[in-house]
Amino acid sequence: MLHCDQLTLRQGRRTLLQPLTWQVRAGECWWIAGRNGCGKSTLLATLAALRRADGGHIRLCGQPLPQLTPRQRAQRLAMLPQASHDAFDYAVQDAVAAARFAWPDAGDNPQRVAAALDAFDLGRLAARPLQALSGGERQRVALASVMAQDAPLILLDEPSNSLDLAHQAALQQQIGRWCAQGKAVLLVSHDLQLAPACASHALLLDKYGQHRQYPLAELNAEHLAAVLGYPLTRLHHAGHPCFLPGHPS
Amino acid sequence: MSHSLTLDRPLRGALRLPTLPLLTLLALLSGGSLLLACSSGSIALGAGELWLAASGHGSQLADTLLSLRLERALTAWVTGASLALAGVLMQSLLRNPLADPYVMGVSGGASVGALLALWLGLALWQVDSAAVAGALTLSALLFLLARRDFARSSGTVLLLLTGVLLSAACGALISLLLTIAPDAQLRGMVFWLVGDIAGTPLRPWPWLALLPAALLAWWQAPAINLLALHGDHALTLGVPVAMLRRLLLVLAAVLTASAVSQGGSIGFIGLMVPHACRLLCGPDLRRLIPAAVLSGAALLVLADTLARTVVAPMQLPVGVLTALLGVPVLFWQLQRTRRRLA
Repeated sequence: MLHCDQLTLRQGRRTLLQPLTWQVRAGECWWIAGRNGCGKSTLLATLAALRRADGGHIRLCGQPLPQLTPRQRAQRLAMLPQASHDAFDYAVQDAVAAARFAWPDAGDNPQRVAAALDAFDLGRLAARPLQALSGGERQRVALASVMAQDAPLILLDEPSNSLDLAHQAALQQQIGRWCAQGKAVLLVSHDLQLAPACASHALLLDKYGQHRQYPLAELNAEHLAAVLGYPLTRLHHAGHPCFLPGHPS
Repeated sequence: MSHSLTLDRPLRGALRLPTLPLLTLLALLSGGSLLLACSSGSIALGAGELWLAASGHGSQLADTLLSLRLERALTAWVTGASLALAGVLMQSLLRNPLADPYVMGVSGGASVGALLALWLGLALWQVDSAAVAGALTLSALLFLLARRDFARSSGTVLLLLTGVLLSAACGALISLLLTIAPDAQLRGMVFWLVGDIAGTPLRPWPWLALLPAALLAWWQAPAINLLALHGDHALTLGVPVAMLRRLLLVLAAVLTASAVSQGGSIGFIGLMVPHACRLLCGPDLRRLIPAAVLSGAALLVLADTLARTVVAPMQLPVGVLTALLGVPVLFWQLQRTRRRLA
């Protein structure tokens, strides 16, 4: 679905990402982990064509990323940005419906919008203006928009931000459903419970631009601790791996 | 998430009519404003007289009055509509409900051109052409300086700052021209700057600019909605962001140039009308664009009618009136926003 070949990212003279060769297949969920400023969001922005790669090639669904038109890209890739600022007071349902822009001729647009609103528990808020929402509610609107866009590759930057516990659990289930449907998810997250519970693989980025790829089953506490710069313990909880800060006593 | 300071939040139960009745209402209002403009003045014309004059059977006086007033009212109509539409487009481009068509300095360029022509003592049509040339030169300069910013993330901030700087440069040139102008020309120059449509003949090309611009903007409204909602990230939803930003800037510049050449810098229409329309029909541009065009037109026709009747036989420049009307309205809005933030 997504194929990076020797992908390199720089910011000024600093190398954010040493040449990365990486393959993301349908049904996989990749957890992208690393410390602040190590280039996780820059990587997502590059994959979404919001910025240019500083070296190497990206292929999305078999085609080189720069050759796709914005609409073709939007039909293949959806992205949840980290923060959004609302200048205008659109209603929740209008904001989610607008995410169907790439599919103007689809006959099932209203149903998809309703399903997305439902999946993130927004039915009750559908007519509310965006600026009347709390942070967590606004985040759910952004997630519902991503879902309504219905792309096979989904990029999520800190999706659990501001979500309460119940909605975090719902998000985790939704990511599972996406993968089961054959979509692929890239998940940038600092959440040491949610991310390992969703992910099938992990891509660790360190602050020197080095990177490592692991199937999640092989990701141990030492690998992660080395990248995050803090001791960790790997546990198994509720059927999923998770990580806790600190050494086991 | 922080709540940004915006004036766009409707009160609970704000009037949100369905699209068709809303636009019909505004179209009627717009037409009604033309009728009112034709009937009022030093000699009032009743409905019967208007009808007779329009069908060619009226007295000669009524005929003359009607054609004079209608011509002026239509000029006000197209100018108001252009300013309101330019305001909507500029606000969507900059994602700021407080942006107005003049923020990029386009009117500054027009003013420099027009004042230069007045200073040189050129004919009226040359002054108009100089205003258009000034506006277009400034837009071209802005475009050139900011050509890379359209695709860049947070590029609109750079674009805005470039516009503000160019605006400041024009302000300095305007002051210079006013300082060195001979007394005989000073009055005309000041009148031009204030914004006035008295004596502007009815021309075809402002209509030729407004009509395609409005249709093009309305056709692109779903994409502009996404740009207003998501900024740079509209790209990931399928909007060709850089191209759309260029289009919006060009349309806003052409509309502003056309409006400024008609009536000088008439303030607050481009700010107040989109704002009021958002309260009335929400921020969706598929509704907002036609609504703003119709109500901007109506508002300027009414303001101009007021300007020539309120202290008759003296005529006020309409720009003074729109500012006197606009400032309290926006103050009231600001106060409401303050209460909400408190």
